[in-house]
Amino acid sequence: MTTVTETDFAAEAAREARRAKLFTRINKADTWFRVLGLSWVTPVLRAAAGDNPKSQITEIWRLLGVPLLAIIAFLTLWATLAPTVQTSLGAIPGPGAVWEQVGELHADHVREREKAAAFYERQDVRNAKLEAEGQADRIKFRTYTGKPTYYDQIWTSIQTVFFGFLIATAVAVPIGILCGLSPTANAAFNPIIQIFKPVSPLAWLPIVTMVVSAVYVTNDGWFSKSFLNSAITVTLCSLWPTLINTALGVASIDKDLINVGKVLKLGTWTKITKLVLPSALPLIFTGLRLSLGVGWMVLIAAEMLAQNPGLGKFVWDEFQNGSSQSLAKIMVAVFTIGIIGFLLDRLMYAVQAAFTFSNNR
Amino acid sequence: MSIRTLLPATAFLALGLSAAHAQFLELEKDELTFGFIKLTDMAPLAVAYENGYFEDEGLFVTLEAQANWKVLLDGVIDGQLDGAHMLAGQPLAATIGFGTEAHIVTPFSMDLNGNGITVSNEIWAAMKEHVPHEDGKPVHPIPASALKPVVEQYRADGKPFNMGMVFPVSTHNYELRYWLAAGDLKPGYYSPENVSGQIDADVLLSVTPPPQMPATMEAGTIYGYCVGEPWNQQAVFKGIGVPVITDYEIWKNNPEKVFGITAEFAEEYPNTTLAITKALIRAAMWLDENDNANRPEAVEILSRSEYVGADEEVIANSMTGTFEYEKGDKREIPDFNVFFRYYATYPYYSDAVWYLTQMRRWGQISEAKTDEWYFEQAEKVYRPDIYLEAARLLVDEGLASEADFPWETDGYREATSEFIDGLEYDGRQPNAYLDSFPIGLKGSQKVVGNAVEG
Repeated sequence: MTTVTETDFAAEAAREARRAKLFTRINKADTWFRVLGLSWVTPVLRAAAGDNPKSQITEIWRLLGVPLLAIIAFLTLWATLAPTVQTSLGAIPGPGAVWEQVGELHADHVREREKAAAFYERQDVRNAKLEAEGQADRIKFRTYTGKPTYYDQIWTSIQTVFFGFLIATAVAVPIGILCGLSPTANAAFNPIIQIFKPVSPLAWLPIVTMVVSAVYVTNDGWFSKSFLNSAITVTLCSLWPTLINTALGVASIDKDLINVGKVLKLGTWTKITKLVLPSALPLIFTGLRLSLGVGWMVLIAAEMLAQNPGLGKFVWDEFQNGSSQSLAKIMVAVFTIGIIGFLLDRLMYAVQAAFTFSNNR
Repeated sequence: MSIRTLLPATAFLALGLSAAHAQFLELEKDELTFGFIKLTDMAPLAVAYENGYFEDEGLFVTLEAQANWKVLLDGVIDGQLDGAHMLAGQPLAATIGFGTEAHIVTPFSMDLNGNGITVSNEIWAAMKEHVPHEDGKPVHPIPASALKPVVEQYRADGKPFNMGMVFPVSTHNYELRYWLAAGDLKPGYYSPENVSGQIDADVLLSVTPPPQMPATMEAGTIYGYCVGEPWNQQAVFKGIGVPVITDYEIWKNNPEKVFGITAEFAEEYPNTTLAITKALIRAAMWLDENDNANRPEAVEILSRSEYVGADEEVIANSMTGTFEYEKGDKREIPDFNVFFRYYATYPYYSDAVWYLTQMRRWGQISEAKTDEWYFEQAEKVYRPDIYLEAARLLVDEGLASEADFPWETDGYREATSEFIDGLEYDGRQPNAYLDSFPIGLKGSQKVVGNAVEG
């Protein structure tokens, strides 16, 4: 039988306090893990911190084990079924073939970068020679004109979607606020919204192309025409969710708040910034999230049809190539598009979480 | 800075002096974008880029694959593209205003031959019994008369007989029509009111982009097609169809693609145009050098995904001078793709006139035209003056030899009767040529409603 001393008690208490603190921290971090789609980290941390392992194990199983198993099952099914489907481009590639093409595309990227480096080297040699011959006025610095690599295409697509999305936001939020504040404006915009919302990007594209060609005539501008075509098509298709949700968020603002505003005799601008926007934020962000998702989906279609640079063009070019690796490359693109779409969604979710948390505090 | 560089190079040429070095072409524009369609005959562009011929001229070129011929032509017209690999009929049709109207010129012909006509396995099986055989192999060239009973059977069953080609003013459209008409099958007329090209037709032709030809035939939408390589060989590889004839057998050494730019471009950037032409001539020379010695290398370049992107062995088939008809029936056609021999790159007026006669023959040109009109249009679009200037520069730089170019020609090739139906074509007599066809518009005939009048 041991006697418990004072110091033991104190140490015990301190340890308890530390643990409690640790768990609060873990719980706090959990909200962020959930936003990032890493919710399985929490039970792992808890178990590491010495929480009841049994309950944590079931949590880990649910959050990590089950999804992993599902992915493995999907891959197995794919690997077994793919070779049984014979297309005119050979059998449907399995996971192995697709993974191989990932390596190929990377090697391709490296090769292209080497070619670019060689180009710049040649340019430097040429310019040095001209310098030596005393013809400095004929020295030129030009950018390399090789094919865009897979990474370049991804980057182009991401830039385009964000540009289109930004224009959409800049247009949709003010109009949404207007519609939410004024029933008259709402009645005016409603039919337009209802008619244009279901229109497919592929229908907008020819119109956008024609208009951009007619209006944007400077050839030394900031943007290339193809970039604008894709971006504006994205804008036209992705502004509706933001617009509708903003209007809804603004319209459903607490009446008491509006009354408070009236009592304080707030100006319109102050009313919007201090009352309307903060309370409508969660819905606005829901709209933005939907918009970005729609925009990403639309962009790939627009790039495919208009042959504008980006992932859509990559898919279409590969389809046209019709080589024995084309299908596998297209599948790589499909996964890339899916993963980037997921990441964009998470990004918006994180921003939304950041804003609404600060809002609820 | 020497006085030489102050003078534009063209002034020199006018003075009969030659620029001592390629570097002395004062380029008005050095960053260019060219469009192309994924076909093996875009090879001169890929080679000029990969072998650094563009760079040697001080040009920085971006090559962009296009979705289809219409997108490509519109790109050149509205300036998104500085130039493009075009169907020979495109600059001519644009200039005379059939389809989109715009003045397009060509200083450089890209190649000869390179197309084939393919039918689906089912049609081939039905055709085969009407084709004479020797040693168990079909006798080539196979005329369309072997297809005639098959088409008649389909029509008796009430089924339309559909075939695909790549564009209304494409070489492929005229070659397919020529072959069908030579076999007594009516391929249909165009009229100003009805541009489907299916008026009074036994065989209904429609447009399909080249890369989608095999897939469209597989889906049963069309029973056959006329297209450039690699899409005929692709059908053999995939086991979905059989090429029955190459265009080499329809018209020996026929002109196929051209490099097109707008007239404004040629006017505004004369030196740039010269530099482009020089680079392309060098590429064409490289492609045909030492009896096609470089073709395997060219095949490797073309098989890269940014150019044609099809499998190497598919492209190699025709590029290295063989052509596979039925699976296993490989025959030597050394001139299936010609890029430089026989003055292939010189823009002959007679080539332009032939295309114009075919446009008139099938009603795309709805009214009768005088012989002079044909010559005028040809001279508007084909620019041998630019070509010869570029060739002269290359000879002076020691990159080409005097004998490679037809310095003295008046732009009309010798009359030839090396067609599948044996009719003689003389570019100097377009109307007489039109009159010699049993099927097709001639004299002052017109298509009114659904019939030919006059």
